[in-house]
Amino acid sequence: MFRTTRAVALVVAGLAAPVVAEGVDDQVTTYTLDNGMEVVVVEDHRAPVVQHMVWYRAGSADEPRGASGVAHFLEHLLFKATENLESGEFSQVVSANGGNDNAFTSYDYTAYYQRVAADRLELMMSMEADRMVNLRLTESDIATERDVILEERNQRTENNPRALFREQMGATQYFNHRYGVPVIGWKHEMETLDLDDALSFYDIYYSPNNAILVVSGDVDPDEVHELAKTYYGAIPANPELPERFRTKEPPQTAARRLSFEDPRVAQPYVSRSYLAPERNSGDQEKAAALYLLSELLGGGTTSYLAEKLQFDTQVAVYTGAFYNGGTLDNTTFDVVVVPSDGVSLEEAEAAMDQTLVDFIADGVDKEQLDRIKMQLRASQIYARDNVDGIGNRYGRAMAIGLTVEDVQAWPEVLQNVTGDEIIAAAREVLQRETSVTGWLMRDEEMTQ
Amino acid sequence: MRSLFVALFTMFMTIPAWAEVKIQEVTSPGGITAWLVEDHSIPFTALELRFRGGTALDAPGKRGAINLMTGLLEEGAADLDARAYTRALETLAATFGFSSGTDQLSISTRFLTENRDDVIALLYDTIHAPRFDQDAIDRVRAQVISGLKSDAKDPNAIAGKTFREMAYGDHPYATDGNGTIETVSGLTRDDLLAAHQAVFARDRLYVGAVGDITAEELGVYLDQLFGDLPETGAPMPGMAEVNIDGGITVVPYQTPQSVAIFGQPGIDRDDDDFFAAYIMNNILGGGTFESRLMDEVRRKRGLTYGVYSYLVPKDRAAVYMGSVASANDKVAEAIDVIRAEWVRMQTEGVTAKELQDSKTYLTGAYPLRFDGNAQIAGIMVGMQMQGLPIDYIATRNDKVNAVTLDEINRVAAELLDPDKLRFIVVGMPEGIETGTN
Repeated sequence: MFRTTRAVALVVAGLAAPVVAEGVDDQVTTYTLDNGMEVVVVEDHRAPVVQHMVWYRAGSADEPRGASGVAHFLEHLLFKATENLESGEFSQVVSANGGNDNAFTSYDYTAYYQRVAADRLELMMSMEADRMVNLRLTESDIATERDVILEERNQRTENNPRALFREQMGATQYFNHRYGVPVIGWKHEMETLDLDDALSFYDIYYSPNNAILVVSGDVDPDEVHELAKTYYGAIPANPELPERFRTKEPPQTAARRLSFEDPRVAQPYVSRSYLAPERNSGDQEKAAALYLLSELLGGGTTSYLAEKLQFDTQVAVYTGAFYNGGTLDNTTFDVVVVPSDGVSLEEAEAAMDQTLVDFIADGVDKEQLDRIKMQLRASQIYARDNVDGIGNRYGRAMAIGLTVEDVQAWPEVLQNVTGDEIIAAAREVLQRETSVTGWLMRDEEMTQ
Repeated sequence: MRSLFVALFTMFMTIPAWAEVKIQEVTSPGGITAWLVEDHSIPFTALELRFRGGTALDAPGKRGAINLMTGLLEEGAADLDARAYTRALETLAATFGFSSGTDQLSISTRFLTENRDDVIALLYDTIHAPRFDQDAIDRVRAQVISGLKSDAKDPNAIAGKTFREMAYGDHPYATDGNGTIETVSGLTRDDLLAAHQAVFARDRLYVGAVGDITAEELGVYLDQLFGDLPETGAPMPGMAEVNIDGGITVVPYQTPQSVAIFGQPGIDRDDDDFFAAYIMNNILGGGTFESRLMDEVRRKRGLTYGVYSYLVPKDRAAVYMGSVASANDKVAEAIDVIRAEWVRMQTEGVTAKELQDSKTYLTGAYPLRFDGNAQIAGIMVGMQMQGLPIDYIATRNDKVNAVTLDEINRVAAELLDPDKLRFIVVGMPEGIETGTN
């Protein structure tokens, strides 16, 4: 019989050899069209498939006040008629060519994509370029599609107390910035969205100088460049495109708390968010430290919160820490503790706070940091199996103002972060004054 | 208006030939079989293991034992306790995923070539020597119970539970594989050892590997991993009798949007008519924006964000199901429209154009599934479990294209049964109440 225990013990004692990711950058070609549209091509010739995506630097945080949800509403409406296509025909043509298509909206961007046989790229490009400028909406499109997005909100948010709670947390974190308004919109404003709201957003933001084309798969970068010039290059830049400007948060000087009660809550928990800096072009070090902080604190069963609250003590059934620096403006660093049966939210919150204090006092466990960095290096190899994922990473980064160089530098920036830098980032960000603490609670009605 | 683009591109409408997925059957020196796709372009391997049976193998009164046992596989093995085990896996930069379904237990792994020997050693211990330490049992049990409490207040989970209990009588399919709070609370370490013995055996093992590994290397690992597995485990359960009578069941629940699932008896995966049924379902509600249900319920009427239908051919029962979610004051209309589409498909069938469009979509979309090592490994294991031949991928699109209009319309008339279509509605729907056709 094959004996194994010893082999594993050896591995645990000495770290495995470092992994060097090679060839990731080699797959990527970038250029800019004369009208300002940026193009990213990621090559993978293992299967004759292509993903074609267009990202617009326009998301829900760019919406005018009073029209929350219009960015996402417009995303739905882009599947209606254009000068050249009937309503619904875009997706029909993609299907008839054996492809899939969809779109998504976030705070900072809206993106459209199709996955299809590589020799259908030109058809996809011609249709996507068409709907960048030739949308022809009717009042009847508005009425039925508005009902659809209201049902989408019902499904994602109204039917889910955790989602309603997150909305309240976000609205409490941001007093003056649009990240405090949900991407899908407030229900009462969604109900009033009309044709003018949709078209004015479309006219301002849907233009080549506000867009990024990302093509990944079995393609030749030069051929993609030629096609992009033909279809997207023919569209004039919009000279009226405004500078991307958002209202900024004032200094946050008071810890905030809220409790959200709902009879549909089965498992109460404590959620904490802190205002935190995001990734910026040429300046990603602090964001990298915060990402590693989230992994060290709450990235899995070997993380500090899990060790202290799930293993050493049984305060929690689940703990986690989260940081997403992929935003245009200030983001949040989040911690969540789901208490064990019999542990109150007050006790869970106290234990969470004590653990955060202890983490900073203890300093970073070097072996744990090395394991996380090792996994990050390995993830670059695994990522090569998902070329669309690489394309998405570029599109998302460029939509929030990062450059190709920033994306390519990011893995090394992560590797160079030290334990001291992580503790310094923790001290800076984990501040009561910029925090929101939320309790998601059962609605304890007195019904006899 | 005739579209410019369709006119321009009609000449290119044939779907191109696809790169071949070259599957080899590997038999180890010790006689264990696996399917392999070698691809040395990236230095890692995805290895997918499945054991047929899944949570349906739970012993009487021990519902949830196999699920809890599965959750404990990553909580320590041999001389590594839970924390040491996870640190070992992290150090190797490998991922192991464990899941148990109604018909199988799955272990999905991914590992770098340079760490392969050590990862296989850890995987061996995971399968053969899980520790089931009492503190780990208590910790994971608390997580399972927390999930069960959440399910009890989740409209989708409530709908699924109501449907199962109605459809499958006293078969294990009728109850939640995660167990109940009562059964999970009562499980002991001995129950978990018994669950482990029930699942892990050679006669129910299926293996798929994709990536930077040769047939010879894989053969050695197969013998290392499985050479000393017991030949057999718990006996497979019998077939489930599907009992569905048409109508509507309302489960009152205070929430703004009603969640509905619907279902009727289905069709087996190895039935000669399965391909016809599969295409018919694609046209009716099979996941594209163009399906009749999406067109009628969402695009024309704005009654929902999504409505779908899907064939569910399990190992021991086949049902045909669907789902929709609609505001409480609209769900009655959504159900009326779905029922009308069920009747229309049964009585009128599909048009030649719908059939052609669906074939073009299905044959074109099929190769898009093979978009990563793990995905291909999963597909290959699924093919083995369904008893499909190793050259199936190359012939599958021909089977889709061979279905005729007469065939699909005959199958639509035979399979669809509006009188046996039962809707489970969780919410406070207006204008409908529980009743039987």
